[in-house]
Amino acid sequence: MATTLLAIGTRKGLWLATSEDRRSWSLSAPHFLMTEVPSIGIDTRDGRTRLMVGVRSEHFGPTVLHSDDLGATWDEPAGGAIRFPADTGAAVERIWQLRPDSADRPGVVWAGCEPISVWRSDDGGEHFELCRGLWDHPHRSEWGAGYGGAAAHSVVPGPDGTVHVAMSTGGVYRTRDGGASWQPRNSGISAYFMPGPAPEFGQCVHKIARDAADPRRLYAQNHHGVYRSDDDGDSWTSIADGLPADFGFVMLADPRRGGRIWVVPLVADGERIPPDGELAVHRSDDAGSSWRRLDAGLPTHEYNAVLRDAACVDAGDPVGVYVGTRGGEVYASADEGESFSTVTSHLPDVLCVRAAVLP
Amino acid sequence: MTVRVLLPRLLADTTGGRTSMSLDLPEPATVRALLDVLATEHPVFDRRVRDETGALRRHVNVYVDGEEVRRLSGLVTPVPAGAEVMVVQSVAGG
Repeated sequence: MATTLLAIGTRKGLWLATSEDRRSWSLSAPHFLMTEVPSIGIDTRDGRTRLMVGVRSEHFGPTVLHSDDLGATWDEPAGGAIRFPADTGAAVERIWQLRPDSADRPGVVWAGCEPISVWRSDDGGEHFELCRGLWDHPHRSEWGAGYGGAAAHSVVPGPDGTVHVAMSTGGVYRTRDGGASWQPRNSGISAYFMPGPAPEFGQCVHKIARDAADPRRLYAQNHHGVYRSDDDGDSWTSIADGLPADFGFVMLADPRRGGRIWVVPLVADGERIPPDGELAVHRSDDAGSSWRRLDAGLPTHEYNAVLRDAACVDAGDPVGVYVGTRGGEVYASADEGESFSTVTSHLPDVLCVRAAVLP
Repeated sequence: MTVRVLLPRLLADTTGGRTSMSLDLPEPATVRALLDVLATEHPVFDRRVRDETGALRRHVNVYVDGEEVRRLSGLVTPVPAGAEVMVVQSVAGG
């Protein structure tokens, strides 16, 4: 069986776990100890494995490093991978997302950052260029900051070159011209924290994901509300019926099977804990029409939240599902969420997990 | 002129392991000029202490002969010959 790599970014460092069966795991010593790791990308295109991490020191700021030897050594360009051009007068605060594009666009990696910005790399994540179209967007002055900061936290490239991003706050934006122009795509998504009808933009969409079978189908976990779009984001309809709560941060889509998604509900905006204090993942196999609660192996006493990037899937067969909590627990499922086992406990707050079956 | 520079141990991996050095600077010198000279040799160190706008990171302090430069003239604070300039992280984090 192939080796699976699970990278765990926390508030105080990165841990790398490996497994042959996705049930028993070997955990590395910490990398970047005492440094926040809010974003990880694992790029297995071209038959090699490149690990990218966005790290942030409270003192010494953010940077992007990469490793081509599973963390034995790390490199960063002397001038930095992500740096705002001088004319913007801006400085990167945090790298929220590192997302390799598809196999037919080798070398392309997307980044989402705070302040709200999207970046594209054509050299495998070593150097990124600012997407000016979004940076200069006329809506910029009206975008706000979620509790975690004003960030483009989700970048979802599609097979035809379309890219969707989600930002807090601002909502979903889409480009079909490689990032030159971006249009808000939030019709049907609520913004209960604003008076009046839902606006064209300004929503606090927490996470978006794209369906494996139909690239025009998208899913969103909103700041209250769970949605699906069947028209590339042009309109959204609720798929929250059947869930114990419509709040949460996670939205995962199966990379192999259309219509299959996972969420991790939390009670509410003002009560960010799993319902009844019991951690559970909810899966839909029919694009959100119905949901199943999956909690085998998960704790029945859990008052920590799962953050937006602290859950992921791998591309194994069957697909693996991974969940990390702010309490430093990490759980893995080798059977699409039917059952979980503990990968590790007592880490710092888990900010991000990413997993890949190594080539 | 020559000044003495003390660097944080936490950044020794970006300065070839060095935590102190003597630096030759053209007169008149400022803190910015000193950091610019350091940046040519140690660009990653520079990114750790200044962001891409050139501003000192919020939780990095620079002292010139014991005076914190934010209480003086910031990055244009003069650095006299023979000065001791200390770069150090502030108390932050949790």
